[in-house]
Amino acid sequence: MVAFLRFLINGISLGSVYAIIALGYTMVYGIAKMLNFAHGDVIMVGAYIAFCAMAYLSLPPILAVLLAMVACTALGIVIEGLAYRPLRQAASLAVLITAIGVSYFLQNAALLIWGANPKSFPSVFSVGAIRLFEGELVISSETILTIISNIVIMIGLTLFTGRTKLGKAMRAVSEDKGAAELMGINVNRTISLTFAIGSALAAVAGVLLCSTYPILMPTTGSMPGIKAFTAAVFGGIGSIPGAMIGGILLGVIEILGKAYISTELGDALVFAVLIIVLLFKPAGLLGRPVREKV
Amino acid sequence: MKSMKTIIAMILAVVLLAGLSTAALADENTIKIAVIGPFTGPAANYGLACRYGAQVAADEINAQGGLQIELLFEDDEHDTEKAINAYNAVIEAGAQMIDGNTTTSPCLAVGAVAYEERMFMLTPSASSDLVVADKDNVYQVCFQDPQMGTISANLISENGMGTKIAVIYNNADDYSTGIYKTFIAQAKEIGLEIVSESAFNDDTTDFSVQVADAKDKGADLVFLPIYYTPASMILQTAKNIEYAPVFFGVDGMDGILAMDNFDPALAEDVILLTPFSAFSDDEQVVNFVEKYKVISGGVEPNQFGADSYDAIYALYQASVNAGIDGNTSFEDACELLIAQFSEMEYTGLTGVMKWDETGAVSKLPAAYVIKGGAYVPYGE
Repeated sequence: MVAFLRFLINGISLGSVYAIIALGYTMVYGIAKMLNFAHGDVIMVGAYIAFCAMAYLSLPPILAVLLAMVACTALGIVIEGLAYRPLRQAASLAVLITAIGVSYFLQNAALLIWGANPKSFPSVFSVGAIRLFEGELVISSETILTIISNIVIMIGLTLFTGRTKLGKAMRAVSEDKGAAELMGINVNRTISLTFAIGSALAAVAGVLLCSTYPILMPTTGSMPGIKAFTAAVFGGIGSIPGAMIGGILLGVIEILGKAYISTELGDALVFAVLIIVLLFKPAGLLGRPVREKV
Repeated sequence: MKSMKTIIAMILAVVLLAGLSTAALADENTIKIAVIGPFTGPAANYGLACRYGAQVAADEINAQGGLQIELLFEDDEHDTEKAINAYNAVIEAGAQMIDGNTTTSPCLAVGAVAYEERMFMLTPSASSDLVVADKDNVYQVCFQDPQMGTISANLISENGMGTKIAVIYNNADDYSTGIYKTFIAQAKEIGLEIVSESAFNDDTTDFSVQVADAKDKGADLVFLPIYYTPASMILQTAKNIEYAPVFFGVDGMDGILAMDNFDPALAEDVILLTPFSAFSDDEQVVNFVEKYKVISGGVEPNQFGADSYDAIYALYQASVNAGIDGNTSFEDACELLIAQFSEMEYTGLTGVMKWDETGAVSKLPAAYVIKGGAYVPYGE
């Protein structure tokens, strides 16, 4: 029972990281109708910036995270402006290929700048762990921090999209780009804003990911990126609560699958679940089915 | 205009011919040794160590005069496909023998081609027995995985390091599964109790399940026949859940202290097997460490660097004895080197080496413990 509880908590923690990354995918998809495959690599860049700030500039963790968020926000806006905006009217396949190109560009740039040697990521937040059941169950501060960050981000984003003017503009653009423009919403700026928020979240996700799994390499973001994308599709791409539910479920399935079925099949199980869900609910758990008018 | 083109064509032809003739006239006094290993990627610490170690040896040899060495470096990124490309590149560049590959899987891939094409390979560190199996042209400087599995089990049992043992291994890696299998076999033989066995693969970043399993089954020693990158994550995971068994790594653990920003406290009391310790006060070792650190930018050498240093010296000694020079084709050099290696003895940084007919080396690893960021011989 204690073991199950521990796996569940680990799963929620891992799932929270997936959920934060999945938000970036889902928001960009909801608004720009494109899959930003470079998102996973923005996570990696964010983690490297936080790493450098802590290891070389000896900044306190909180400043390092803020610095990484600022840098990733700028990176997200630049990527959108240079690589995606010129292709706004192009076929979605062209944008997809560009996104894959940006992903490779970021990985190789990181290889050049930071080298291929794995870096050992310092612990961001150490206040000691919580012990339950006479030390049988130890929950590390990283785990707690990850879960809390996830909750805070979810509430913040829900309030932002529901209550603020900018958030409403984002929803309007995702409903109907043309109509939103006619209503006086600056579509390009709204899309830039979405990229900015998504990328800032990616920086947070990168730091959380690396403080739990403390190895940082230029390929660090790719596997979590793919899994988070899976989570976004699982929950219903375009839906913010969907990304949250999808991410957490995916993390829990992965850890429980490893614990009770096979440590080697964890990843395979994740993708098997995705296939099954999509067979029965093609729009994902919370996605709205889109009717094509003929 | 036409005459202009003719002139340009003629100039080009002359330049090309000149290029060809210099390529054909290789310097008789210089042998070309290729060094192939992962200089980038997750196993880069091993490949770079081999590169630097080889460079130290070549610099020493070239400073002495006589037969000179030119090293040709190619990166295989610990990837079998890239390893074949690297191999083709060094053949193109005129390599006569190979110090490589550093890691097992690429070495197996290149070894198969090199066996067909008759290129001699002396791997500093690819330690699977499969590397030399059925290939008369491949020799090892390092001891083999099966030996490491057996020796580890014996050491644990003889020294009473642990009574309930957990094993975490990489099922996607020949090196790791090789040691794992012989370890389990020997453990059964001598009656060590294995309470938990769990696997992972190359993409795994979450080790919470594997470590939790070891903890729940009450293991007091965790055997890690894996490379240092996943090992560092396992150590962190164990620390997070306040699980502190004895960790016993093999030679893949060597390098963990050189990781960027790694906290040595995490590896305190970790046991590992290595034939070489940079912290020894042996004169030859001190000299090597000093020169190595100049090339590596201050990084301490691990056993891979020492193995590769020995590989270059062993290749050099065999080449001199066999009369190989810059004009010997790699096919001829291969047969001459095989004849040399099957009977020669070489004493290097990592011990006294003789080779049996399969290409395996006769030397044994020793156990060290990490104390305060340095290796201390076990039991001292």
